[in-house]
This record gives sequence, C-alpha cells and structure tokens, in this order.
Amino acid sequence: MTPFTYARAASAGDAVQRASGAGTRFLGGGTNLVDLMRENVERPAALVDVSGLAARITESGDGGLMMDAAVRNTAIAEHRAVRERWPVLSRAVLAGASAQIRNMATLGGNLLQRTRCTYFFDAAGSRCNKRSPGQGCDAAGGFNRYHAILGASPACVATHPSDMAVALAALDAVVHLRSASGERTIPINEFHRLPGDRPDIETELAPGELITGVALPASPLYARSTYRKVRDRSSYAFALVSVAAALQVDDGVVTDVRLALGGVAHKPWRAWKAERALRGERADAQAFAAAADAELADAIPLSHNAFKVDLARRAIVAVLEELHGAVA
Amino acid sequence: MQLTINGDPVETACDPRTSLLDLLRDHLHLTGTKKGCNQGACGACTVLVDGERINSCLALAVQMDGRQITTIEGLGSAGALHPLQAAFVEHDGFQCGYCTPGQICSAVGMLRELERGVPSHVTPVLSEQQFALTRDELRERMSGNLCRCGAYNGIVDAITQFHEEAP
Repeated sequence: MTPFTYARAASAGDAVQRASGAGTRFLGGGTNLVDLMRENVERPAALVDVSGLAARITESGDGGLMMDAAVRNTAIAEHRAVRERWPVLSRAVLAGASAQIRNMATLGGNLLQRTRCTYFFDAAGSRCNKRSPGQGCDAAGGFNRYHAILGASPACVATHPSDMAVALAALDAVVHLRSASGERTIPINEFHRLPGDRPDIETELAPGELITGVALPASPLYARSTYRKVRDRSSYAFALVSVAAALQVDDGVVTDVRLALGGVAHKPWRAWKAERALRGERADAQAFAAAADAELADAIPLSHNAFKVDLARRAIVAVLEELHGAVA
Repeated sequence: MQLTINGDPVETACDPRTSLLDLLRDHLHLTGTKKGCNQGACGACTVLVDGERINSCLALAVQMDGRQITTIEGLGSAGALHPLQAAFVEHDGFQCGYCTPGQICSAVGMLRELERGVPSHVTPVLSEQQFALTRDELRERMSGNLCRCGAYNGIVDAITQFHEEAP
C-alpha cells in the first residue's frame, strides 16, 4: 500500500472542500477501496473519510424514501419500509457479500465499487485498460467466464459487481451529489457509464464530487418486486447473472414492469427492450421468454461466457413467473 | 486515537495504512484475531465493533477512533470459556482452530442481528418481525466465515445449542 494522508470529514461540505486536490478519494466502509489499495490498484494520495457522515433513512413527503450515502447495507436491508415497499432492494442487498461486509459497506461506496475482473486486480502481471488506460485488455482473450455479454467494448469487458445497484436501477432511484460548486441529482440509470474507449471512467461523477444520498421513488408497483441471483455457490459469491424485477398484472395482462440485470454489463443493466416488449402482453411464459429474447438479442458473448445468455433468459422468465404467481 | 478494546481504554497512534487487524495483532499483541485471506473473503479476522461484526482486515485502524472493539480475548479465556467456546469444544466445531475466533465473534454478532429481526438471503417472508434460526438460516448468516477443515456440521451444532440454551 502506498502512503496516504487521512482526514475525517465533519460534514458533506467539509468533505468536498477537503477533496479538491488531485489523488484524493472518499473512504466509506473501505470494503473495496482498502482491498484495492493493498493490491496497488488504487493509490490515493489522500483519503477523506465520509463513513461517519449522516446515515439516516427518512420518509420523503411524496411517499418515497431518502437514504443518506453513509447508510450501511445492513441498515437498508433491515429497514421496515424497504422490506415492505421496495422488497427488491432488501433482497438484492441481502444477496450481496457477507454479513460482516454488509455491516461495513455504505450505500455511496456500493455504487462506486469497482469490477472484480481478476486482470484488473492483477496490477503486477496483467494488462488492463481500466487500471492503466491504453495498456490493453487481457480479459477479452483470457478467462472471461465472469465478464460482460452486453454493452462491452474492445477496450473493456468487465462487469459491475453490485447487487444493490441492480435493484436501484429497476426502481429508477435518483443519486444525490454534492461538489464545491453545488448540489445536483442524476438518475441511477444515467450514473454509471458503459466502457467505450475510456473504461477507467466509470460514472458521471465530476472530480471531487461526493454522493450524499439516494432517493427511492414511490410506486405501488415496487411492492411486488424481487431479486434473484445466480452464482457459483449458494452464498457469498458475485453474480454470474442476476435479475431485479417488479411486475403489475391486471386481468392477465402485463400493465407495468421493471427489469434490470446484474453480472452482464459494465453497469447495472436496465432491460428497457424487454420492458417494452412485455407491456400490454398476456402474462405467460411465452411472453416472458419473448421479452427476455428482445433484450438478449444484443448479447455478444465472449469465449467463456456464452452460457450467460441462456442463464439470463431463464432467470428473467423464472423471476417474472415467480412475481406473476405471487400476484395471481 | 482513543478506542476501547475488550472494555479497556487504549490510546495509540499508527500509520494510516494500518488495518484494525494489524493494530490488534502486531501493535497490541492481541493475536487471537487471525489473518486468513487479508482481503475480506474468509472471515477469520471477524471482530465486533460497537457490537456489530466486521472484517478487521478491511477496516483502517484510524477509522476506529472512539469505537468499542471486542475480540475473542474479550469474550472468554482459557480458564473461563465463553459458553459458545464451550459449545464449539463439545461439538468439535473446529479441527485446526484457525478460523474459530472469527467464527465465534461472528456468531455472537449474528445472534444479535437475529434478535434485532434482520432478515437474510434465505428468509422466505421479509415482512415478518422475527426469524427462527433454522439450519438454512444459520448457514446463510454464517456464510462469511469459511472453515477449510470443513467443520461446518460441528459449528452449526455448537451455535444452535448455544442459541437454544441462551437465556
């Protein structure tokens, strides 16, 4: 680990003031950043600790929920309103990591966690455009079983590792940001970027900009939502494929649906095409499969991950059938 | 920085790169907490911070100013075993013993989470207030602690017995 200075932020305003210098990173729970620093992938000159800032979950006037960025994963998963009105979010959080890590990890840090691509982690021995722009990508022709099938580029085939963010993508959450020049909000589905030719730039955050919270919008639809994660072992593993979904069926017809995929792309993948294909259709296995096919027609598998296309199709159908069964 | 470790106030200073795990083991010589993977994958370094279980290898010591840390040394000793330690002995909840301090600290934190009504990945109905500690629930809730000897059956039995006999 390279040396760095450490300061604890007293407030969000204090944090952004302290983060004006190059090489400064915000520190949340540290579950990803500290690990990457130990691997010499991240080498910040200064850490500004924001893990002690506000960590409230509060009802907003419009029936939604406002979650501060320093809220721990466990606090989100166990929150009564989240469990009852946004169950997909509680399920997604509980599907991620271990209880110890969920007790440490923060909401803001979760959105900014970096890929688990092993070539990205291997600073000493592998080429990676995300870690060292312009270096090349050893994953594209290497062991890419865990990598992207949608939205990848020649420069990068990495996936975003978060479960929570997949649920937030399905829920149209809104990310609240603060910088020295003021505050702004950005929809979660516009927050993360596809890799293109700059996979090292992963979000729309400006340098020194801080995530202060995430807002959950209200909708009766979200109460009928769930999350399914497919992985190599039944707990404590990153997703091969995951599905966040919410479904409204009236008189046998899909009147509203939200669908997002994890483990398949550089960002939480909102399945807009599948949603469009499904609205107005009869809620049956055939329509669910057709919707999945509409989304996955764009998939470009790599040498070791063609199975993800079939896996994603089956997982989408299974989750929609589960939700339909629950509401029938 | 000032923190409380196993009930005792501790004043110390260290390089910001020092993890809580290294502070405990190398600076304060509390070697009960073990270093397994040092990357948050095995749970051997699990300690309780303000009563909640965390991986001490992923926490920077400087973040712990003002916090209350409990390690395995704070739960029991050779002459006065914590009842959970006694249950691990009774049920062969270990072979080499390297993961055991982390398993026990984790189980203490896990049972507090259960009592608080925190759901898990295998909880069937999220909206319920309390959850029974079934074998599936226990295994899921303890999945952050690996045992390479494979003493899981004994670990599950030990924690189950402790939980059922707890007042």
